[in-house]
Amino acid sequence: MTALLEVEGLVKHFVAERSVFGWATAHVKAVDGVSFTVEAGRTLALVGESGCGKSTVSRLVLRLIEPDAGSVRFEGRDLGALDAEALRAFRRDAQIIFQDPYASLNPRMTVSQILTEPLALHDLVPPARRRERVEELLRLVGLEPRFARRYPHEFSGGQRQRIAIARALAVEPKLIICDEPVSALDVSIRSQILNLLRDLQERLKLAYIFVSHDLAVVKHIADRVAVMNLGTIVETADAEALFAAPRHPYSRALLSAIPVPKPRAKRSRIVLEGELPSALNPPAGCRFHTRCPYAIARCRSEDPQLLADATGHATACHRTAELPPPDSIVPSDGGFSPALEKLLAAFGSVAEGARGAGVDTVRPMPGAGA
Amino acid sequence: MTGGPLIEIEGLRVIFQGDDGRTTHAVDSVDLSVANGATLGLVGESGCGKSVTSLAIMGLLPKQSATVTGAIRFDGFDLLDVPDDTLRDLRGNRLAMIFQEPMTSLNPSFTIGDQITETILRHRGGSRRKARERAIELLRRVHIPSPDKRIDEYPHKLSGGMRQRVMIAMALACDPQLLIADEPTTALDVTLQAQILDLMRELKAASGAAIILITHDLGVVAEVCDEVAVMYAGEIVERAPVDELFGNPQHPYTVGLLGSIPRLDRRTSHLATIEGMVPNMMNPPAGCRFAARCPFVEDVCVKAPPPLALLSANHASRCIRAPLERLVS
Repeated sequence: MTALLEVEGLVKHFVAERSVFGWATAHVKAVDGVSFTVEAGRTLALVGESGCGKSTVSRLVLRLIEPDAGSVRFEGRDLGALDAEALRAFRRDAQIIFQDPYASLNPRMTVSQILTEPLALHDLVPPARRRERVEELLRLVGLEPRFARRYPHEFSGGQRQRIAIARALAVEPKLIICDEPVSALDVSIRSQILNLLRDLQERLKLAYIFVSHDLAVVKHIADRVAVMNLGTIVETADAEALFAAPRHPYSRALLSAIPVPKPRAKRSRIVLEGELPSALNPPAGCRFHTRCPYAIARCRSEDPQLLADATGHATACHRTAELPPPDSIVPSDGGFSPALEKLLAAFGSVAEGARGAGVDTVRPMPGAGA
Repeated sequence: MTGGPLIEIEGLRVIFQGDDGRTTHAVDSVDLSVANGATLGLVGESGCGKSVTSLAIMGLLPKQSATVTGAIRFDGFDLLDVPDDTLRDLRGNRLAMIFQEPMTSLNPSFTIGDQITETILRHRGGSRRKARERAIELLRRVHIPSPDKRIDEYPHKLSGGMRQRVMIAMALACDPQLLIADEPTTALDVTLQAQILDLMRELKAASGAAIILITHDLGVVAEVCDEVAVMYAGEIVERAPVDELFGNPQHPYTVGLLGSIPRLDRRTSHLATIEGMVPNMMNPPAGCRFAARCPFVEDVCVKAPPPLALLSANHASRCIRAPLERLVS
């Protein structure tokens, strides 16, 4: 079957330095040959540390920036070949939610204006029915319709992120790119937004590209995961397979570095020594070899290919077969006590009852947060 | 743990005076103590008062707009009641702090060497050469490669992880007895975070300093803390040893927090959510401050503020319905 989105050999180099004559003398290889597919209604997570190129990939997919090489196909059509009108139609199908809900909403527009703009741009709803649609959208993301007249500064971070989600949903997209949508939010708000994204996916059959550095969040939301390091994908697999048995040494190090909220959890830690090499001048051979505890001579000279096995679990590492088994990198079940599980269920039931019925109330004054 | 706590905070209260005459109760009757060599985690979400508490300990709150009352006893001094000179002698010397943003808390126009030696010269005196040697030694201790070269670099030349290590080196310059780390790893990637946490554990083992670690990340708390205090809306709502807090939480807010974080070691289709918002601290509610968001709320909860009551020798909860297990059995 054709995937919703097929990305093939995507490359983007940014010019970092120019000589006095104006030609480029140094490039940041932000994305250097990235391929993946996203199925309709599913979630692909792009994970990696700052500077690995995950945000650049998300912008390339939307053609917000032009790639140097490679192709992006959406429902079989090559985005690079689209003319202005066709591109506009594509923008209806693919939307993005940004990390910072404080910066991504225009402070001079009311919520109603923010949500009406996409409806008007794409002429989706006749003017007379737009108000109704705005109220519907607000209810969909768990906000009260009466908030439509307010300005972004009157809302908390979590509520603003809900508005950003409502804006993305306004045009009924098939794909939403979520670029670190919860990392600016407090933990208790984070879970509300994650639950909302999951509910919306089920209800509206949305596909997500979920860009994140937080693997615990990714484990919760993703169907498939691609781990990126310095502009390339080093491992890609179904989420379950990746978290059960990560293969690439970098994926293992990332997973083992995440603190688990369980004192004295039994697990092996792989602490990477050294600094992340610069994307300006990535090391030759495998780009991870400078920090890899298993590096051999071959890794320093030969760039490993991303090779998939029969189950679709692909790894770019020369030593995949020789690495030790990934025991206890991801700690086994957290095992809340039965009493604690029951207490948590009480929180769940409140959530069920309140969902969709105006979950939040606006706090009267902005800026109470630290 | 002999000889009583190193620092003891009693009834700490911080009220901010707004320009418009309104007041915000940022911290309300906080009691805390940390023993020598122990690490206390101060956990909570934005605006809960955890950073304000630490700034109060360091005497860094603006005098014009913040009213600080209560007592902070540190080695015979009451930090709220000492002359500024004494405080300046303690700060950077026996009390040190690491801030969250390594990008903004270093001065961009001085080399890192200048910034570390400044602290040493101020508190220890001695020659510049001696101070420089000590600074190189400190950079080595926090695993900065080729410290004798790095010491003459400006902060912009260093990566985020390196800058945070420089901040730690600076804080350790005079072997502090108490180190306050305010979200020391929040701005860093996970692999760097792991390095910094290892470093903090190492330093604690080597120097025996007490640490107050302020964070919103329960994972970090589980990894490095001995004891935890959970803050909500300016109050401590639960205090317990780390195993006890994660295994047997006794305040609904703690329970909700534990259930709302996605974890690597747990599978759930839906995370627990704490619905609603933090109360407005200009006008805090009369009863329990968590009542509006609590699934176990009863009439009594909203009538009077609940006390932080001991459930066992070292486990305290500000919930009148605790122990909580009886609510679900």
